[in-house]
Amino acid sequence: MNNMDGPIASNGITRRNFYVGAIYGIGALIAAALGIPAAIYLLLPPKIRQADEWIEIGDVTSLSTDSPTEMTFRHNRTDGWKVTSEKTTAWVVKHADNSITAFGPQCTHLGCAYHWDDTKTEFICPCHNSFFSIDGKVMAGPAPRPLDRYETKIEGRKLMIGRLIAPERQA
Amino acid sequence: MKRRWDRISEWLDHRTGVQTAVRQFLYEEIPASSGWHQIFGSVAVFLFLVQAFTGVLLAFNYAPTPGDAYNSLRYILTELTGGRLIRGLHHWGASMMIVVVVLHMVQVFLWGAYKKPREATWMVGVVLLLVTLAYGLTGYLLPWDNRAYWGTVVTTRIAGSAPVVGPYLTRLLGGGGAVGVVTFARFYGMHVLLLPPATLLLIALHVFLVRKHGVAPAPGDELRPREKFFPAQVYKDTVAIFAAFAILYTLALVARVPLEQLADPTDTSYVPRPEWYFLFLFQTLKLFPGPLEVVGSVVLPGLAVLTLILVPFLDRGQLAKVTRRTFAIGVVVLAAIGWGGLTARAVVTTPKTQEAAEIDYSAPTDWLQLTPQEMAGIAYFRQEHCESCHAVGDGSTKLGPDLTRNTIHKDAAWMIQHFKRPSAMRPGTAMPPIQLGDAPLNSLAAFLLKLTPANASALGNAPDFATAGALVYQANQCGSCHMVNGYGMKVGPVLNGLSQRRSRNWVEEHFVNPDALSPGSMMPPYSLSSKDMANLTAYLFSLPEVHASQ
Repeated sequence: MNNMDGPIASNGITRRNFYVGAIYGIGALIAAALGIPAAIYLLLPPKIRQADEWIEIGDVTSLSTDSPTEMTFRHNRTDGWKVTSEKTTAWVVKHADNSITAFGPQCTHLGCAYHWDDTKTEFICPCHNSFFSIDGKVMAGPAPRPLDRYETKIEGRKLMIGRLIAPERQA
Repeated sequence: MKRRWDRISEWLDHRTGVQTAVRQFLYEEIPASSGWHQIFGSVAVFLFLVQAFTGVLLAFNYAPTPGDAYNSLRYILTELTGGRLIRGLHHWGASMMIVVVVLHMVQVFLWGAYKKPREATWMVGVVLLLVTLAYGLTGYLLPWDNRAYWGTVVTTRIAGSAPVVGPYLTRLLGGGGAVGVVTFARFYGMHVLLLPPATLLLIALHVFLVRKHGVAPAPGDELRPREKFFPAQVYKDTVAIFAAFAILYTLALVARVPLEQLADPTDTSYVPRPEWYFLFLFQTLKLFPGPLEVVGSVVLPGLAVLTLILVPFLDRGQLAKVTRRTFAIGVVVLAAIGWGGLTARAVVTTPKTQEAAEIDYSAPTDWLQLTPQEMAGIAYFRQEHCESCHAVGDGSTKLGPDLTRNTIHKDAAWMIQHFKRPSAMRPGTAMPPIQLGDAPLNSLAAFLLKLTPANASALGNAPDFATAGALVYQANQCGSCHMVNGYGMKVGPVLNGLSQRRSRNWVEEHFVNPDALSPGSMMPPYSLSSKDMANLTAYLFSLPEVHASQ
């Protein structure tokens, strides 16, 4: 049967197949050329141009050992195309060995503001009764992980504060 | 596998009829004369889809209010991967769309395909052309840079000059001649809410009419067997679409779409120009000075559109072969010459852009955050050709160390000693001493300490007028009274955002005679050379406004 059909019929099929193949091929190529950059554009995080910023938040010598202090400072928050300067706080603890820890001001459960209770010597979040120890560990309540910490460094008497880092990413 | 697929598609077709519909669409009969000349309609629809797709992607990262619009577009261009490509596709897609729509009309016009019974198809097509132009007009404002702002000021004034309806149009476009937040909101609303559904409806109507009357035949077609739309003609359309897409993609990748300075309503020196496809209208205006202006701005374009709509009724003759339609060919040639001439004239008469407009804000502009001292450092860096022996974060190996490696960054005092006598600080070094005074070396050290691998190329973007301006700034110790980017004293006003407060002329006259323009000013007069004056003013005008703290 193949022999009988000869080159004319097979030629006709080839041409039609070529057309259909080209239509699908070009269609797929265009879809990929648009789709892949679109996915990259939407999914990749924005490039961060600003170098890490260290902000001076206060004088270390004013801190007393094992007595957490809430310190207020301004920092620049980058939110998409907006950089806003906003007021935020850190709970700063000076330990017995003179090292400093600065905790982010939000409870790791649902982001409420917690505070230090001097009598209980614990951080208490009033929203759902999460309790944290002075080194940020969860003592009780629904909080899933220890308090977030800021990077800190000390320059002379100045306490400098860097990025806020969740505990699992702390080195 | 095949059987299962067949059963699924059969089920689907039975419930929805989608396959039958697609088959009817694809296997429509077309005249034997159909071919490559009829591809433009499909290409136009394809480009519309590309515009819709890229438009939605842009909208995902775009804040449609003045100020934020500009910043979010900058964010798309400089911080999002692929953002430049998406914006390039949308920008050039708009131009290509107009080209293809016009080519589509020219083809239909030359072949006389608008003749009875296809008059309505043609008229809907003319409306689609106007809609395409409306996209261009409204989209032009959305970047909210100087180009967008001033171009739109001209457009709204033209609309306002229309007889009788002018004042109403002005109000409809959102302002008493000024372009502001209301105008912006209306243009954005038209561009993304009104025009797209209107386009979809009109395209649907247009295609419906094409299908209703069938593709226009040429003389002699009645004697030849009709063909199917699929696959031969679809193949031709697809190849044409691919060619258009390849051109568009290349343009988007290669031709950088500029983003100028944030729109500055006080910048009286800005010379507005519309997008290239409106240049001929812009030039037509100039032919009608004074009270006759309305002829060029409203009457002639109005008549042209009216004539275009009435084409099927003006030419009611028998269908003829395209090669014998000499009158139609003549009209197209004359129109092309007229359009080309006016556009060329407009291009030639466009003055060279001013220095301030030469900053490419669509590139990283980290240099705008540098202090004048650091900027002056860049000038000395270039003047001393430091880059001939040092790599700057580009990974090349040169004689000296890569200057972005911060392990070699010492304090400024060490660096200045090193610049003066390199071998004293680093025995055996091949670096020659830099023959500059203390202040320049200080600037150079300040700049080098700022270099990191991440910002090296961004800092390298600093335009020459800005570094030259910073040199003048440093030489005249402007920083002992003024603050720029947080550095300097606050005896005089902070110079960031100066362009928002003063005109260029005001600033230049103020240098010469401060007391005349701001009585009681402590600022001494400065007699700068015209070049220094121009560079310093351009530099100061490029400084971004400091974000207000919340």
